[in-house]
Amino acid sequence: MNPPDIGLFSLFFASIFTSNILLANFLGMCSFVAISKDMKSSNGLGLAVTVVLTITAAVNWIILHHVLIPLDLLYLRFIIFIIVIAAMVQILEMIIDRVSQKLYITLGIFLPLITVNCAILGVSLFVEIRDYGFTQTLVYGFGSGLGWWIAIMALSAIRKKTERTKTVPAGLQGSGLTMITIGLMAMAFIGFQGMLAVQ
Amino acid sequence: MSDSAAPQTVGGVLTENLWHSNPIFMQVLGICSALAVTNLLVNTAIMSVGVIFVTMMSNLTVSILKSLFPRKVRMIVQVLIIAFYVIIVDIVLRAYLPDIHEALGPYVGLIITNCIIMGRAEAFAQSNGPLLSMWDGITSGAGYMGVLMTIAFFRELLAFGTLFGFTVMPAGFTPWVLMAMPPSAFFFLGIIIWIGKTIMYRQQEAAA
Repeated sequence: MNPPDIGLFSLFFASIFTSNILLANFLGMCSFVAISKDMKSSNGLGLAVTVVLTITAAVNWIILHHVLIPLDLLYLRFIIFIIVIAAMVQILEMIIDRVSQKLYITLGIFLPLITVNCAILGVSLFVEIRDYGFTQTLVYGFGSGLGWWIAIMALSAIRKKTERTKTVPAGLQGSGLTMITIGLMAMAFIGFQGMLAVQ
Repeated sequence: MSDSAAPQTVGGVLTENLWHSNPIFMQVLGICSALAVTNLLVNTAIMSVGVIFVTMMSNLTVSILKSLFPRKVRMIVQVLIIAFYVIIVDIVLRAYLPDIHEALGPYVGLIITNCIIMGRAEAFAQSNGPLLSMWDGITSGAGYMGVLMTIAFFRELLAFGTLFGFTVMPAGFTPWVLMAMPPSAFFFLGIIIWIGKTIMYRQQEAAA
């Protein structure tokens, strides 16, 4: 078990920009396309994803290295990961409900959506495949969440502008144009790749 | 599903899933896990077959078991059923196609969170018989496969000058590096959605 030799700062930076979970790995697209119509909801969902992503990446790492690998139950990991994610979302929902009613109203509707957000499960699986250590996992989870948040905020701001233009052909309106916008954003983020590349 | 009366015939389900509510270009569902593998046709084909298998079997299982579990916990039961079949796909791939399993990386596991599978289980299998649900799963998966294979065809052709690994472009062909990178998948998907929707609007106009 040798965690790859990546500095924490580079890992953090890479997970936000060069290997952005959404633009480079295509994870979390479903809710991304659906929610990015509205900036306020995008912000709420981005925050929720960041929180859940950080917590579940850490919890899944602990379970993976202290339960599944010692017991040789690695083939059960998909089921275990998804259960952990569902449970974490549920617990978080209850905690937020108790602690801050205001936050609960903002985040409430987004939390259930997160269970089926591919980004969450994707990060846990990347962590397993790339053999990250615990601190690296925390940093990677948090960075990926932030990257997702930045991407959805940027996209929803762009969509707000493009929706006002009348010149877009009917067939391209909506999801088609969104896809092409995401493509352009992905190109912009690839520009960061000259700075560092972490795969 | 559209607001028209649900198509409950074998042929109706087929055209509905392959065209009118094609999971990708009409509903933009399930693109998460699949776009990443569309730079090579072989990977895309294997991945799509995996998705078809999982959609088919989970639809069948959900449809058979739907009366046994209470509505409140149905989501988690569906996820567990899907995860069960994904594990089978994972193990089979690892045993027989280790190279491709390696190349697909985490994306095999991510079939679990593919919205199409969950969506079909929830929208179709919950309210239809086992055999029709199974057929619905196969056709949804096939509609999905069609779009992905189209994207992969162009990406592999332009990025590497090959199709299924065989060189088809003339020797002087310069590989288009961007095509192997993520943005091209978004562009192609955008263009396919555009073409698909435009044809559909034409059809609707012609019908009206």
